[in-house]
Amino acid sequence: MNKFGFQISTTRSIDLDTADLTAAERLLEAEPSLKACIGCGGCTATCTAAEFVDFNIRRMHTAFVRGQQEGLREQLNRCMLCGKCLLVCPRGVHTRSVIMVMRKELTPEEK
Amino acid sequence: MKKVAIIGAGPAGIEAASLLAAQGVDAVLYEKEQQPLHNLTDKAFLFPNFADAQEVAEKILAKLNTPGLTLKADTEVTQLQPQAASNGWLVNGEAFDAVLLTSGYTTFDAHRKEELGYGIYPGIHTSLEMEKMLREGKVVNTIGEMPRRIAFLQCVGSRDEKVGNHYCSKLCCVTAVKQAIEVKKLMPQCEVYVFYMDLRMWGQHFEELYRQAQTDYGIKFIRGRISEAGGTFDRKVQIKAEDTLMGRPLKLTVDLFVLMVGMEASRGTRNLGALAGIAGEYGFAQSVDPHIADNLTAQNGLFVAGSCKRPMTLTDSLTDARSAAFEVLKQLLEN
Repeated sequence: MNKFGFQISTTRSIDLDTADLTAAERLLEAEPSLKACIGCGGCTATCTAAEFVDFNIRRMHTAFVRGQQEGLREQLNRCMLCGKCLLVCPRGVHTRSVIMVMRKELTPEEK
Repeated sequence: MKKVAIIGAGPAGIEAASLLAAQGVDAVLYEKEQQPLHNLTDKAFLFPNFADAQEVAEKILAKLNTPGLTLKADTEVTQLQPQAASNGWLVNGEAFDAVLLTSGYTTFDAHRKEELGYGIYPGIHTSLEMEKMLREGKVVNTIGEMPRRIAFLQCVGSRDEKVGNHYCSKLCCVTAVKQAIEVKKLMPQCEVYVFYMDLRMWGQHFEELYRQAQTDYGIKFIRGRISEAGGTFDRKVQIKAEDTLMGRPLKLTVDLFVLMVGMEASRGTRNLGALAGIAGEYGFAQSVDPHIADNLTAQNGLFVAGSCKRPMTLTDSLTDARSAAFEVLKQLLEN
């Protein structure tokens, strides 16, 4: 039989029916202030690391809450824990703690 | 005795009519439906303080008992004509010294957004239908069971040039937050999502209510406009949006999908505005100036108040009606 090399493309969609949200739930339980996030991006705008490398704290915790952890482990390690993001957040999200909890709660294959 | 016709017995009409009557004016209040105030009596609770809508309605309806106020229910106004000789107006064959138009709004017909599946698939409801379920204290999915997941979609029929409505209906944002909280109060296990383009929490305590929805009730807000909804084989609804904060498409299946329908000019507002020559944008009635003469119109002796001019909350409508009553009295005294 001829093999033409056809294959199914994997979707880029976030599928909330199949996503594993257990780590997300643990994150929101450990750091409930994150629930108040309005996605303004103030944290990312002030971030020193984001100035030089691909590190977007706003997008990282949004991804984590949606159960999307690909590539997060490496990115999380770029945080220097300086806490500037904490000072600018208009909703009082404890962003530094969010980073720490995300590092801890990453599912094993992403650690 | 001076005689004024008030057209439309909603909050604005009743408020203005009772104030005018209390000032010794013969106030005749026309209402095309059998019952006045139906846009309020069909609500459960009011934002942002969850006031019982029926209790608030009763207080407003009590004002109909003001001596000098006559309610003509089940009476549609078909004639609205200025009288040059007397400087007054003819309404359904009766002569008046002035007319106040308070003919209000109607909600957007969700059938017009076919891609959102309303009227095609089960499990898709308007915010009005959700309000009715909440009033009855019973929210169920398409097979009569407790829903596990509900999604609300903002801006249905508002901020959408595809339906010809460029404007923001102003109160759907906070209404969705209110309804989402009510759902969580009723069913704490139910997962609730709100999809939005912007959240416009402009009023007092609105922002606080939004924050409370996030932190105390765990309601999830996703920025992105759902562009498509379809039924599934098990009578659920699959919805697709972009999670714009992630920059990726997103889909999920929900038991109930609620469309936050916007406000449009009511049929009465459209007809009477055209009849009297004060029709403005989108069929709403046009005042002379939104800042300094918002109750006056281009027609002498014809006044406007409430949501026949633009989307307004209950509070806005009542305040506007009080201001209109004062403008009407001022003109009656001058003549």
